[in-house]
Amino acid sequence: MNSKEAVIRTEGVTKIYDSGEVQVEALKGINLAINTGEMVAIMGASGSGKSTMLNIFGCLDYPSSGDYFLDGIHVNDLDRDQLADIRNRKIGFVFQGFNLLARTTAFENVELPLLYTRNVPNQDIGLLTSQALERVGLTDRAHHYPNQLSGGQQQRVAIARALVNQPAIILADEPTGNLDTRTSIEIMATFQELNCQGITIILVTHEHDLADYCRRVIEFRDGLIIRDQALSQPHDAAKDLETGQWKTFAGQGVPS
Amino acid sequence: MKWKNLIKVAFKSIVKNKLRTLLTMLGIIIGVGAVIVMVAIGKGAEQRIQNQISSMGTNLIMVFPGSSQQRGVHMGSDQGVRLTLDDVEWLKKNSTLLEAISPVVRSGVQVIGGSGNWNSSVYGVSEGYLAIRDWKLSSGDFFTANDIRAQSKICVIGQTLVKNLFANEDPVGQQLRLRNVPFRVIGVLKERGQSAFGQDQDDVIIAPYSTVYYRLSGQPHIHQILARAASLNQMEQAQAEITSIMRESHKLAEGEDADFTVRNQTDIASTAQETTRVLTILLASIASISLLVGGIGIMNIMLVSVTERTHEIGIRMAVGARSRDILVQFLIEAIVLSLSGGLIGVMIGFGATYIVHLATDWNTVIALENVLLSFGFAGAVGVFFGYYPARKAAALNPIEALRYE
Ligand SMILES: Nc1ncnc2c1ncn2[C@@H]1O[C@H](COP(=O)(O)OP(=O)(O)OP(=O)(O)O)[C@@H](O)[C@H]1O
Ligand SMILES: [Mg+2]
Repeated sequence: MNSKEAVIRTEGVTKIYDSGEVQVEALKGINLAINTGEMVAIMGASGSGKSTMLNIFGCLDYPSSGDYFLDGIHVNDLDRDQLADIRNRKIGFVFQGFNLLARTTAFENVELPLLYTRNVPNQDIGLLTSQALERVGLTDRAHHYPNQLSGGQQQRVAIARALVNQPAIILADEPTGNLDTRTSIEIMATFQELNCQGITIILVTHEHDLADYCRRVIEFRDGLIIRDQALSQPHDAAKDLETGQWKTFAGQGVPS
Repeated sequence: MKWKNLIKVAFKSIVKNKLRTLLTMLGIIIGVGAVIVMVAIGKGAEQRIQNQISSMGTNLIMVFPGSSQQRGVHMGSDQGVRLTLDDVEWLKKNSTLLEAISPVVRSGVQVIGGSGNWNSSVYGVSEGYLAIRDWKLSSGDFFTANDIRAQSKICVIGQTLVKNLFANEDPVGQQLRLRNVPFRVIGVLKERGQSAFGQDQDDVIIAPYSTVYYRLSGQPHIHQILARAASLNQMEQAQAEITSIMRESHKLAEGEDADFTVRNQTDIASTAQETTRVLTILLASIASISLLVGGIGIMNIMLVSVTERTHEIGIRMAVGARSRDILVQFLIEAIVLSLSGGLIGVMIGFGATYIVHLATDWNTVIALENVLLSFGFAGAVGVFFGYYPARKAAALNPIEALRYE
């Protein structure tokens, strides 16, 4: 997190959804640089283009115009397979709805990205999977199915899956949207810990209190960035959990 | 993705959906099973007729009355045309390529003797008949040229008569009354079993043709002439020779239709074989249709499965699955489904064939090549009908797939 080269850089990125008659300009020219080791919160009203931005960051989609560089690679030039390989090796996704495979154990869910990685020896797959589960504190739940786990645990399985391939970036789209406040802060604590270990984290959230755990807050409105602010004193989620500080947040989420 | 992992992933998803898997495989199971049973029955019939024909005797040439072409059209003129003992004499005198010649005079008779009575057929033939037909005696002797000249009232009987009339005694030397004419049994034929057409080949009495012709039949003609060519290589020449001698004997003008038919065993064999082969092909194609329907079933379920698993595909793509990985996963699923269906189908086919054999006593033949063929066909059906759904899955857009619930 000391290095200052931009892991993500966009130059005039736009995204236009063209569904026949209606054209929606979801992004209208985004210039942004995010450095390795940052922890960024993206905020903004519904429909402001946050998810669209994240999908482009995550190489799930191409920009309509403008340039996107990931780790210095000009993503616009890559084909579908190359995007798949980048997603596999450089990016971990965490979604609001967890997106775990049902009827598949936590272990098998976490292992999934490794199965699609070329040249990972099969004997390493088990080891890397166990390590990832350990990092999110779910070693004892490895062989449980998603429907046997709480929402917070499911999201942590998803985080383990996101980090099993030692990605450069974790992209999280409203990762705590389905969780209560305490669990949300637990998830933030996990992210902060991973960020301390050097992984760049970009997360979309609607909640200012959760954005306060990040070092930088970017706000979108109507497909443009209207605020890009560094926080000098981000909250420490682990400490808040310990002190019970989080209980004073008014009207946020469902009390546990 | 590595092949091993792909296969693992495909297997997992198959095992996870047991009912769907079973339903998908059912079509293939029934298809492959049906192909195996049907082909086994067809092949069995083919083999039985084959054996039957080769047991008719080697180098055998047969002469029947009536034209082979337009049979039944020239009813008026054909009806009077018969084979006679003169024809046999002509053949004996003039032929050079025939080793043995025998007329066949057939007559249905009531047999009294031994422990009761029995209805059977008596065949009047010459002393060369056993050699012509390649038949063997189990005991006693056959009659000689002298017996024919003397119109001896002696006969050789088949096993069915032995069983029905002489259950407890040696028939050789015993008396039989055929249509009230007393005959002495001088020999017994070896058991020959049923013919391909279901006839009991042991229900026969064989006697000198002269005796049957003059004392039993009461008809001025014979039914058939059998001959044995001196060598297998000269079958065609021998047939041509018979034809020309017979035309002479019947005083046919050049260009006139023959009023008799000369056939050899190969002609009959190929006709019969053709018939049974058509039967086999018919049975196999009916069964193949069910295999095809099974394939369409696989495609149907795979298409449903792709839609149902769109979200799963989105997740796999998000974590780095390439289009090809998804394609191969679904293709392997289809192939594993159809091959395991094929394997179960083969086993059920074997079982069903055995049951058919037990229940009907039909001859059945399961040829390895047919098993492999239908198994391979099942696999091909999997690839063919699995490809379209697999390609559809692989072409999904990851974002849309992820959003699909
Ligand atoms: N596939 C699509 N086709 C057409 N329009 C789309 C598509 N995806 C998003 N949009 C539109 O693009 C705009 C931005 O959508 P986006 O999902 O990025 O918003 P968001 O900021 O993530 O909102 P939310 O907070 O509700 O998740 C919206 O107006 C949306 O309707
Ligand atoms: Mg969104």
